[in-house]
Amino acid sequence: MLKIDCPWCGSRNEDEFSNGGESHLVRPEPPSSVTEDEWANYLFYPTNTKGPFKETWFHKYGCRQWFNVTRNTATHEILNVYRIGENPPEENS
Amino acid sequence: MERYSAFGLVKHALTGHKKWPEVWRSPEPKPEYDVIIVGGGGHGLATAYNLAKNYKGKRVAILEKNWIGSGNTGRNTTIVRSDYYYKPSAEFFKYSLSLYGKLSKELNYNVMFSKRGSLTLSHSRDDFDFQRRLVNAMQLNGIDIRHIGLAEIKKICPILNFSKDARYPIYGAMWEPGAGTVRHDAVVWGYARAADALGVDIIQNCEVTGINKDLQTGAVTGLETSRGKINAKTIGLAVAGHSTELAAMAGFRLPIRSMALQAFVSEPVKPVLNTVISSRAISSYASQSDRGGLVMGGGVDPYNSYAQKGNTPVLEEVLSGLIELVPSFSRVRLLRQWAGIVDYTYDSSPIIGPSPVPGLFLNCGWGGGGFKAIPAGGEAFAHLLATGQVPPLVEAFSLSRFKDARLVDEAAGAGIAH
Repeated sequence: MLKIDCPWCGSRNEDEFSNGGESHLVRPEPPSSVTEDEWANYLFYPTNTKGPFKETWFHKYGCRQWFNVTRNTATHEILNVYRIGENPPEENS
Repeated sequence: MERYSAFGLVKHALTGHKKWPEVWRSPEPKPEYDVIIVGGGGHGLATAYNLAKNYKGKRVAILEKNWIGSGNTGRNTTIVRSDYYYKPSAEFFKYSLSLYGKLSKELNYNVMFSKRGSLTLSHSRDDFDFQRRLVNAMQLNGIDIRHIGLAEIKKICPILNFSKDARYPIYGAMWEPGAGTVRHDAVVWGYARAADALGVDIIQNCEVTGINKDLQTGAVTGLETSRGKINAKTIGLAVAGHSTELAAMAGFRLPIRSMALQAFVSEPVKPVLNTVISSRAISSYASQSDRGGLVMGGGVDPYNSYAQKGNTPVLEEVLSGLIELVPSFSRVRLLRQWAGIVDYTYDSSPIIGPSPVPGLFLNCGWGGGGFKAIPAGGEAFAHLLATGQVPPLVEAFSLSRFKDARLVDEAAGAGIAH
């Protein structure tokens, strides 16, 4: 069971949250000039990092806010938590 | 290779079973091979066996960073079935299941295929209608599967909770009589023994640390490993959850997410379940092993993971669903829990084909369904590695489908939960 430190509610159990996948994804723009390669990369090619990985979580059974988490995918250790719109803090892993 | 037979058993009994030969060699890696397969799981071993058998004269090696079968092939729940929705998947998995039926004879090794059937339950009117649609499509694709009602389900599996006020009332089921279970370790050992006998070098505890390419052409020239440099102009990757890492060594990305898929086994009990039961609505399934343990599983842990350990919310979801379905299981104690790192593509269909790097080929993206694909996957991948041509059976499963928008969307089609 992960303990996730919601920036609004504090530390809660994993089953209150749902995972939203990779964060800081930028949709390629404008649509008229996006190539098939760029579009496929955006839709289907996740950064499947082994190690510290930036992802979004949603506090589904809580404040219902989205936020960012850096989590080590090899150990499940949560390295830091920060709000949407913020830059990731210095990683001290 | 000494063939296994009843006569051999008697012969070795006379010498106190002390003279059985080793089942496969443990050779030192040679400096060069014609074909190297990375990954000593079911797909890697089946590929090597088919290469050695069908395309004679090639020097073939398998490199495995741990022990053969120590990844997902030794961690899955041993179920083989072919209930897929789209034509390319249905044809592939139907063929794979048919090869499993002949595998013990083919390898001279008992893989303990138990054709016990697979029962997939529906719990609501919508679920029931969806299954009817699936079954119709599967029948058109030639899969031996039927949509059955309560009376027949009761006959097949009387221990289910049939009460009208059950938390998950049973409406109907898809019944695939030709599905079943296969002893997973036996598949590994059987293929390894047969491949070794045909001259394949199975090199264990040999981790790939780099992929070398020709600076001019960009084609692969060999591998850096924990046991030195090994050259080959044809390399196949069959490393499931670690495919992304190997692709990064060769300088490209893959449309894959690595996630943990859990399984659980109970203490051994007397025979109580003679089929495979599953329910997509509650994301649980179970069968009983020959030893008596209930082997259970469900959906994948819903976030990226390379940790080979599962987390408790999915464990609770799977087991709480299952004891609603079979109330008598509530008194059985859990013995072990584990997880394997599976490689999911967006459409839950595999990738078998060339990679962006010349000479480097891919066999990955099986998600939670790679075990049932081993015999056909190995045959197709061997054809690809030997000839460079994609066999028609797996043409639909190319890497390029993600750029050409030709997805084989089993994630939506078959409604697979894992």
